[in-house]
Amino acid sequence: MRWKEMDYAGWGRALSAHGHVARPERSRDLKPLSLEGPAMGNRRSYGDAALNGGGRITDMTRLDRILSFDETTGILEAEAGIMLGELAEVFAPRGWLPPVMPGTGFATLGGAIAMDVHGKNHHGAGSFGAHVTEVTLVGPAGEQAVTPEDLPLFRATLGGLGQTGIIARAKIAMKRCKGDIMMVTERRAKDWDDHIALLDGSEATYVVGWIDATATGAALGRGIVEEGETGPGLVPKPKPSRKVPFDAPGFALAPPIVKGFNELYYRRVPKSGRTVVRPIGKFFFPLDKVHDWNRLYGKRGFHQFQCVVPLAAVGVLRDMLEKIAASGLASPLAVLKRMGAGRAGHMSFPMEGYTLAVDFPNRDKAVALIGELEAMTEAAGGRLYLAKDSLADGARIKAMYPEHADWLEQVRARDPDGLYLTDMVRRLDLRSDA
Amino acid sequence: MSETWIILGATSSIARVMARRLAGRGAHLLLCGRDHADMQATAADALARGAAGAEVHGIDVRNPDTFAPVIAAVNTLDGPVNVAVFVGSMPEQSEIDADPALIDGTIADSLTGPARFLHEIAPLLEERGGSIAGVGSVAGDRGRVTNYVYGAAKAGFAAYLSGLRNRMARKGVHVMTVKPGPVDTAMTWGMKMPLMTTPEAVADAILKGLARKRNVIYTAGIWRPVMMVIRAVPEPIFKKTSF
Ligand SMILES: Cc1cc2nc3c(=O)[nH]c(=O)nc-3n(C[C@H](O)[C@H](O)[C@H](O)COP(=O)(O)OP(=O)(O)OC[C@H]3O[C@@H](n4cnc5c(N)ncnc54)[C@H](O)[C@@H]3O)c2cc1C
Repeated sequence: MRWKEMDYAGWGRALSAHGHVARPERSRDLKPLSLEGPAMGNRRSYGDAALNGGGRITDMTRLDRILSFDETTGILEAEAGIMLGELAEVFAPRGWLPPVMPGTGFATLGGAIAMDVHGKNHHGAGSFGAHVTEVTLVGPAGEQAVTPEDLPLFRATLGGLGQTGIIARAKIAMKRCKGDIMMVTERRAKDWDDHIALLDGSEATYVVGWIDATATGAALGRGIVEEGETGPGLVPKPKPSRKVPFDAPGFALAPPIVKGFNELYYRRVPKSGRTVVRPIGKFFFPLDKVHDWNRLYGKRGFHQFQCVVPLAAVGVLRDMLEKIAASGLASPLAVLKRMGAGRAGHMSFPMEGYTLAVDFPNRDKAVALIGELEAMTEAAGGRLYLAKDSLADGARIKAMYPEHADWLEQVRARDPDGLYLTDMVRRLDLRSDA
Repeated sequence: MSETWIILGATSSIARVMARRLAGRGAHLLLCGRDHADMQATAADALARGAAGAEVHGIDVRNPDTFAPVIAAVNTLDGPVNVAVFVGSMPEQSEIDADPALIDGTIADSLTGPARFLHEIAPLLEERGGSIAGVGSVAGDRGRVTNYVYGAAKAGFAAYLSGLRNRMARKGVHVMTVKPGPVDTAMTWGMKMPLMTTPEAVADAILKGLARKRNVIYTAGIWRPVMMVIRAVPEPIFKKTSF
């Protein structure tokens, strides 16, 4: 296998690594590679989850074939490198969708399992792992198909950060859809209470709140609540995506520009709300249309803070938002969503409650603010999302994930020599006891 | 009736994308190559993406005895037959310098093997119609110190295809020569190469070129003027270069 010595980074670009990367195209190459180091997908995780600085890592993106699909049960088997957006594109016209889709279609099947991702339907459908019926792991002990019957290992693998072995392929239960368009209802939420009330009251399959994290005073918490259902029909194919050709200069996301943008975004939806028809991809993956949009934050990159807090702690989120709005540091369009209880693994992020996600440019003041937000999350009995984290410390994370010890037991059994350590696992010291 | 495609060298990165694109059009695919397990996965992928059919045939271009089942399979299908040839091998020139016996295999994989196959299938195409896309390389446009054995094979394949085009045109069969520059594949992973393109871009260019009945295409297009310049450099100067 050829190794490429290269620099690579997480999606936030604030953390990067230098090391050797292999990119196999045939599945039989995986076995030897599984003895060399961990795997990565499309590096859509913001921090260092998919980095192995100074070591070796296998890029899975060329192992991307659909191996079988059963039209009666909806069970699909595919190689781990396939992108969820691609699955949506191929299957939606035939009446099937991946059961859960994160906010980017570039996430791979393997990456979606290793982070147990959630989507706009989390309140009803649970996390991605809830729809996984089998994962084939390759590792030092050979190849093994893991199903819900192998429970501890299964739960250590879903959301398990790739530490139980390389996911070669997996079976998932696809979800029926009415067609490849979305009927989207957008409503203005004029302030925090209104926003939460709209989220709580929604009965739609897919729901998300876009929050203006720059609004203060009476407008604090205002935003747009989007509800979606799939529908039949034809919409024109979206235009090819554009690229951001260079690192944007520092002022591109200066506070007045962000504020103005958010204002416009809010006003776009009429007071009385509206219902529009959108292509599926545009609803689920609104940012994917602009390739490499992470470069808008310039060379130093950015951080995303994403937490979830229990239902009863909703007030903490409001306090956080106040801090964020007052800081003037937030980037366009933060996300607020009500989550259900569904989680599939020991280290899975979701819990019943509300999740808030906000982008910040990588600057000292933002880093300090994120630290405060993390402490508030912990005090409220909530947790941070590892797919977004690049700043937390290990003790805090272990405190937030009470099943860490169960995960660790399985990981130690599967990978006794620490082959699959990544920069994140090292930074958070996740492979040692609390 | 769906279109029939024989894909020779179906495990190549570009062939895999091609198979995907053709599957989306509902084509019937005959995937031919040596790695059975890998082709089986590509066939499953093609079927899931809408191929009318996807068969796997284990053939080795170095051994023409393995061609018969493919020809037999095509004979059970109706209509025009299309062939896309992706086979070829490119050992490092240094490996060849150390072991000149590698020359034979390189020529067999990239020239004599595919020529044998196309020669066997040509009468069928003359009878039923169809098209051929043969993948050569810009390396065949001028021999260079860094890979002239591979270049020689690809130059030979280009000459073969131009003759075949001449022969088949009389029967309405279109033959297209494809000259890719470096493509981002497992073969070139980690190598520093100029003007790299992707398997997706090459596959799309091939399909577009066939639709427009082009004779010779360069992918990416920039290679046409680049190779014009490289071919125009006088030999006394060229022989002192080393790229
Ligand atoms: C714009 C945007 C929106 C997003 N929205 C959401 C959202 O709504 N909900 C949500 O949950 N997440 C969201 N995310 C995060 C994203 O879904 C996750 O980070 C996901 O894991 C990315 O998948 P990937 O294939 O890029 O994996 P990577 O980031 O490359 O890897 C993630 C982890 O999986 C491991 N891994 C990857 N492939 C394998 C494999 N084959 N075998 C073993 N381990 C493997 C890696 O080692 C790493 O630990 C978003 C990200 C972006 C950029």
